[in-house]
Amino acid sequence: MQLTVWTYEGPPHVGAMRIATAMKGLHYVLHAPQGDTYADLLFTMIERRDARPPVTYTTFQARDLGGDTAELFKTAAREAYERFKPEAMIVGASCTAELIQDDPGGLARALALPIPVIALDLPSYQKKENWGASETFYQLVRTFAPKVEGAAPRTPGERPRCNILGPTALGFRHRDDVAEVKRLLSRLGVDVNVTAPLEATPSDLARLADADVNVVLYAEIADVAARWLERTHGQKTIRTVPIGHNATREFITEIAALTGVDPAAVLDDANARLPWWSRSVDSNYLTGKRVFIFGDATHAIAAARVASEELGFEVVGLGSYAREFGREVRAAAEKLGLTALITDDYLAVEQAISELQPELVLGTQMERHIAKRLGIGCAVISAPAHVQDYPARYSPQMGFEGANVLFDTWVHPLVMGLEEHLLAMFREDFEFNDAAGASHLASVHPSAPQGTPEVTASEIVWSKEAEAELTKIPFFVRGKARRNAERFAAEHGLALIQLETLYDAKSHFAR
Amino acid sequence: MTPAAPSAGCESEALPVLRERGQREVFCGLTGIVWLHRKIQDAFFLVIGSRTCAHLIQSAAGVMVFAEPRFATAIMEERDLAGLADANEELDRVVDRLLERRPDIKLLFLVGSCPSEVIKLDLSRAAQRLSVKHQPNVRVLNYSGSGIETTFTQGEDACLAALVPEAPSAGDDSLPSLLVVGALPDIVEDQFRRLFAELGIGAVDFFPPRRAGAIPAIGPNTCVLLAQPFLGDTARALEERGAKRLPALFPFGAEGTTEWLKAAADAWGIPEMEFRRVVAPHRERAKRALSRHKETLAGLSVFFFPDSQLEPPLARFLAEELGMRPIEIGTPYLNRDLLSEELKRLPPGAVLSEGQHAERQLDRCRAARPDLVVCGLGLANPLEAEGLTTKWSIELVFSPVHGFDQAGDLAALFARPFARRAVLKV
Repeated sequence: MQLTVWTYEGPPHVGAMRIATAMKGLHYVLHAPQGDTYADLLFTMIERRDARPPVTYTTFQARDLGGDTAELFKTAAREAYERFKPEAMIVGASCTAELIQDDPGGLARALALPIPVIALDLPSYQKKENWGASETFYQLVRTFAPKVEGAAPRTPGERPRCNILGPTALGFRHRDDVAEVKRLLSRLGVDVNVTAPLEATPSDLARLADADVNVVLYAEIADVAARWLERTHGQKTIRTVPIGHNATREFITEIAALTGVDPAAVLDDANARLPWWSRSVDSNYLTGKRVFIFGDATHAIAAARVASEELGFEVVGLGSYAREFGREVRAAAEKLGLTALITDDYLAVEQAISELQPELVLGTQMERHIAKRLGIGCAVISAPAHVQDYPARYSPQMGFEGANVLFDTWVHPLVMGLEEHLLAMFREDFEFNDAAGASHLASVHPSAPQGTPEVTASEIVWSKEAEAELTKIPFFVRGKARRNAERFAAEHGLALIQLETLYDAKSHFAR
Repeated sequence: MTPAAPSAGCESEALPVLRERGQREVFCGLTGIVWLHRKIQDAFFLVIGSRTCAHLIQSAAGVMVFAEPRFATAIMEERDLAGLADANEELDRVVDRLLERRPDIKLLFLVGSCPSEVIKLDLSRAAQRLSVKHQPNVRVLNYSGSGIETTFTQGEDACLAALVPEAPSAGDDSLPSLLVVGALPDIVEDQFRRLFAELGIGAVDFFPPRRAGAIPAIGPNTCVLLAQPFLGDTARALEERGAKRLPALFPFGAEGTTEWLKAAADAWGIPEMEFRRVVAPHRERAKRALSRHKETLAGLSVFFFPDSQLEPPLARFLAEELGMRPIEIGTPYLNRDLLSEELKRLPPGAVLSEGQHAERQLDRCRAARPDLVVCGLGLANPLEAEGLTTKWSIELVFSPVHGFDQAGDLAALFARPFARRAVLKV
């Protein structure tokens, strides 16, 4: 048993729902007890979808358990077919239905529906949402894009063509990322054959083989399917995720090399503003800002690179809840001289952040909770996200425009350059002071962090003077100053932190 | 021959009831934790369930509870399902870790879920064992909020029913006391407390209490006034302790609140004139607040999808006090006993439906084209996109709506979708 306050991922059947909801012409019949329909609201409320997810639930109750839950499933599947007339159906069990072992796949086959029916085996007590999405997408791709012996190869000289794989319903900015990547590809002269699962039908999946290259935008969802396409149809795969200016350029170069087009015109985009925004003198104050990064693997790894290379932040922590991609995250952390935090335990992440005392957190909705409690600025970079992270405006993470968006959203929570100095110089100004927080963020000022779990090395005591001096240090560096003083005291065997210790530590760590 | 006396509530004249089975767009009882964990301030709710359970609670709470929540889930994994002894050891370990982290907890609920029920994990034995282990600091109780047994608000019923045995006994010789049952917002409790005091009704307690140590005594001289219509098991458990339930309308709107208070006043023998004198100014204030919304809502039709069991009393309120026209009143479960007074007052022409077949009910709703649809979060936006006006039913459970001074607020919840439509020019 795992004690869980908040969970980063839902169960695997929610992953399957994300695929079904993203696609058209596909219906999901889910053997599930009363209450599991809550998952509909993820799509209709958080993502503001204007239609119900294409999911039929059997809704069994205790009184059905002694009776015929299998019959209940058959009725639900038959009625769903008659009402929605989908091109294809996926069937499966939620966690409780898994325990009663009714075999939805076998039951659905017995109905002999005149459409393809794919049985999903998603072990609820071992796996989670992203795995469920990945497995569902893989099974669909296998079913609809099988190897065809003697299929005509692509004619040389034809315009290059690629598939875009990975965007789903409830994905973090997937809608806008797809638009941005499509724009890049069109400028390169590479046609998009199929985008899946978002907006694809089962018959679109049947055309997947008819492309030269698969572009995997979100490995969590599409890596397994892409590997299968690689093996089965000999297609090439692009795994470079175009998040950030440099990665976008690499993505362009890579796809141009694979498809034999000229990338020059696309590489220099007049709208790619991040480099100049970062170089402009106003951004000097961003140098070395301590940032903690946590999310799914795709976004966390990309964010770490952008933060360090393109904004000049210091990444002090990097982690992910995506255990399936632990190796990749660890490698990215090592490059920055860090040990990756691979966990889905919210409490462990909370502890890491409060120990590191970063100036900025880039994370999920969960890290937003933590950052708010600790009075630290935060920007959301990954699912799970709340309704306000499904914006109305165009707001991609990928491509050159995505890099512009990253610059804006990550810098916004910070105190601005000159203000930072003013706060330090006139600490006791009655209306513009420390407790007021960043002046452009009146609504989120950190004057009253709730229940701050101050992590203080237990044996070290602060003198009254030192403690008072600490409060005069602006809030956005106070955590760092406290931590440095305690580390300095520990390293020098001091039991008491005096006023002087504080400044000794400052000079020590300034080296 | 003299005409027969009007037979209100007689089965032949009662509204037709449509009973359906099929897909239900409802929450399970675990959802009640979202408000219960704020109500009892030193209690903690530990769900023994799956990842789905944890995901449900945080999604239903909208991941909006920024403060440290007083709930968590012990997520069962593959190895817990292998053998039960192992699952119990695991549970003990999780509870130890939790109590170590939250030493302020005085009352811990182990909350059963669909998977824990299906594998027959005996949480009542676990609760006894853990109570012994952690006494006297922490009392451990259990109830089931599983979807196979409970729908949405039934989770509160199960929780309160589990709390009843904890109440001390009040003997035959104890003074009469009034017990108001059902989790109410603190401000509403305080308003009711003042009204009962003005009426001269002494010794009023609320259940659940704000703190676990403050559970009121119960005995044959306890009169129970239910504030919520979904508390069947709790009412039964209280009656088994000798308490007497006062049948009444539920305190929604000026009329509902008046009659609810009247039930208590009658039990205390408060003279009619005195009752009117005390209640009149509050009742008038409620009516004034309602009048503005009546202009918006009178004559409009309303269709309830099943959600909280509050639907029949709310339909009565909307029909009687705001002139709305209920078409279908869906409820997950129709408790005829607790709703006896309410059912008499429902307008003819409406259909009561119990249970749900979501697709067929949606068909009926689309065919009826009601002016307002009251439904859950999964259905609201899709129905809006089809051109219907909706009110999310979850707000009716999550905001103060009981009593005189909230009557206007309750009406406003139904009027706001229309006000918004009128304002928007996009």
